[in-house]
Amino acid sequence: MRIRSHAFWMGLAAATALATPAMAVDLTITCRCVDGGVNSEQAKWIKESVIPAFTEMKGGDVNVTLTEFAGSDEQLTQQLALDFSTGAGPDVAGFDGFLIPSFVEGGLLKPLDALAGEAVTGWEGWSHISEGAQALMSYQDKPYGIALGTDVRMIFVRADLLRDAGIDPESWQPASWEELLETARTLKEKNPDSFPLQLNAGVPMGEATTMQGYWMALLGTGEHVTDDQGRYIVASQDILDTLNLYKTIYIDEKLGDQRAQLLGDGRNRTFANFRDGITAMLVEGDWFYRSVTAPGSEFAVENRDEVMTWAKMPAKEPGAGIRGQDFVTISGGTGFVLNPNTDEPELAWELLAFMNSKEQLNEFQKFQPRIRIRDDVPIPDSPFLTETSQELLPLTTARPNDADYNAVSAEIQRMTEAVVSGELSPEEAMKRYGEAVVRIVGEENTVSLL
Amino acid sequence: MRPFSLLSRSAGAAFLTPAGLLIGAFVIAPFFWVIYVSFTNRTLLGRTALNPEFIGLANYVSLFDAASFFTRGEFGFSLILTIQFVLLSALAGQAALGMLLAWMLQTVPKTLKSLTEMVVIAAWILPEVVIAFAWFAFLDYDNGTLNMIMEGLGLPKGDWLLSFPFWVIVVFNTWRGTAFSMMLFNSAFSSIPPSYFQAADVAGATSWQKFRDIGLPLIRGHVVTDLILITMWTFNVFTPFLLTNGGPSYRTEILPIYTYRVAFRDFEFGKGAAVGVIVMLINLVFALFYLWVTRRRARGVAA
Repeated sequence: MRIRSHAFWMGLAAATALATPAMAVDLTITCRCVDGGVNSEQAKWIKESVIPAFTEMKGGDVNVTLTEFAGSDEQLTQQLALDFSTGAGPDVAGFDGFLIPSFVEGGLLKPLDALAGEAVTGWEGWSHISEGAQALMSYQDKPYGIALGTDVRMIFVRADLLRDAGIDPESWQPASWEELLETARTLKEKNPDSFPLQLNAGVPMGEATTMQGYWMALLGTGEHVTDDQGRYIVASQDILDTLNLYKTIYIDEKLGDQRAQLLGDGRNRTFANFRDGITAMLVEGDWFYRSVTAPGSEFAVENRDEVMTWAKMPAKEPGAGIRGQDFVTISGGTGFVLNPNTDEPELAWELLAFMNSKEQLNEFQKFQPRIRIRDDVPIPDSPFLTETSQELLPLTTARPNDADYNAVSAEIQRMTEAVVSGELSPEEAMKRYGEAVVRIVGEENTVSLL
Repeated sequence: MRPFSLLSRSAGAAFLTPAGLLIGAFVIAPFFWVIYVSFTNRTLLGRTALNPEFIGLANYVSLFDAASFFTRGEFGFSLILTIQFVLLSALAGQAALGMLLAWMLQTVPKTLKSLTEMVVIAAWILPEVVIAFAWFAFLDYDNGTLNMIMEGLGLPKGDWLLSFPFWVIVVFNTWRGTAFSMMLFNSAFSSIPPSYFQAADVAGATSWQKFRDIGLPLIRGHVVTDLILITMWTFNVFTPFLLTNGGPSYRTEILPIYTYRVAFRDFEFGKGAAVGVIVMLINLVFALFYLWVTRRRARGVAA
């Protein structure tokens, strides 16, 4: 957030002393991105491409700074929620699309056009962003931000470990949970100290638990978190099946690393396990390939293109998945929103639009190849991206676009944690989840299928 | 008798007004605001942020719901955990250890005494964040100092923060807070005339007898003060959060951390406020008890 008087005096001092343009305006961007750390490519893109180009375009009247936020997604959410509610915070903020409904209902975000008016509605970019992609950062048909892209989830596989166990990684594609568990058992037998399979659970991982773990299993039972009428399902055999899958992996057969799910830095531990060959099958989003294991990062996998491959997440049984599918995945979208309290809404929008211009997204591809939100930004020559998007995008689904989802998701994290820590049985954990969800959304918005 | 006064009543009131306004705005108003919020379902995010409803005692009822009271991550579990934490780390840990150290310091050479004091006090005055990081590094499973020592001695490595999180914060808080008790008891023991002990020595008393019959009875008032103060502090301490985040699985979620989690991570302001009110009431009981004891002492009843 710009501090008016500060900018004024700085500008005045600059004007008198150096006769450079006075009254330079400050803008700040925050994202969970750190040069050399998490989302390093994004930080580099903003610092090395977006900011210099934008400053040059504005003729030096603008100072843009990037605040590199090194905490977890949940900590950034906490920071932004408290900032936006008190009128503080960055002008442009990195944001996960699923949070938009709960922020909007809480009065903590404003639609882009309400903030910056005509400039938003007339932006050339909208015609290059599909409606589905706009919806990633929208609520009730109003865009609150622009997504950088969408993602898909899958099982990342260590081909070398499978090969060692006599499994051909090229053709390996489990068709059911049982086949997935069978492979994990084979690998565990081969190396009793390893944790071959990791399906995220627990509170410390936050939304990564819900998205990369719980959803990936639940969709395989044919169920969504809500029913057709948008009511939250608080009890069902499918939830129990999902929790029992967790129990099999972490409690009964110790196929997964329980510590990694319970400790504060758990997600990084799962990354390290994969890098170190302790975990052979890790269910994660394509971010894991794009950023986490990319060459030069902390969890880079050596000879990545030889030892790392992927498989689709199977439904519980063939055909048992959502919409009768054999395989499942789910997509979300992250991007940037504008602070509703920004002093410079027009300028902040200009920056946001500039970041999402064809030129800047093309620049981004050089830092991190990815399927971009704009249809006029070519997909880089990456077999991984081409393959996964062709195979998985037709199978995908999305989280409920609902203001209560965020709170329900936190309860899902608690439910899975209670099971993988061995504290509660699946039945008890589901009962507690059901009670909590009723408290959040009200009895009339829930349904029990048992 | 007319009380002596430097200023007239009105001048005194005028001087007090600014402070009174500040206290009113920043202490008393938030106090009543918290009580009010605790009767609503107000949140930071979602529908109940802009349109909170008055829900009466529902927040309090849910906190004391018998069905979930003892479940990890619920209020009751945190309350019981906090009581255990206070009993073990404040009373058994800080007070008892502080007493032991203070008693032993009475007889050791002066250099050793000041050296011990320095070390214990260092643990007390270092910034909490620094301390927490040091402990984190000490206890880490893979590269921690403690596990290196264990391995050096041929003992199995321990996964301290995951297997014994509660004991970790108990030891941590004991280590952290013993200095205060030690200093308090130390000065209390020093105020006892040496002749008492010399007389006991002549009579052939053991150290334990001297402690039981001379030392302890004469500093009883200090002991009560110490116990009440450290109980209050430990009850409200937040530092273990830096070590464990309240986890794993809520096993170190003492009340201050629970309150923080409910209010500022789940953003349930209404429920968080209700917990805050209960914590305030408990603290009020401690404070009243403390005042009652100090008054009795001032009248010479207790000591």
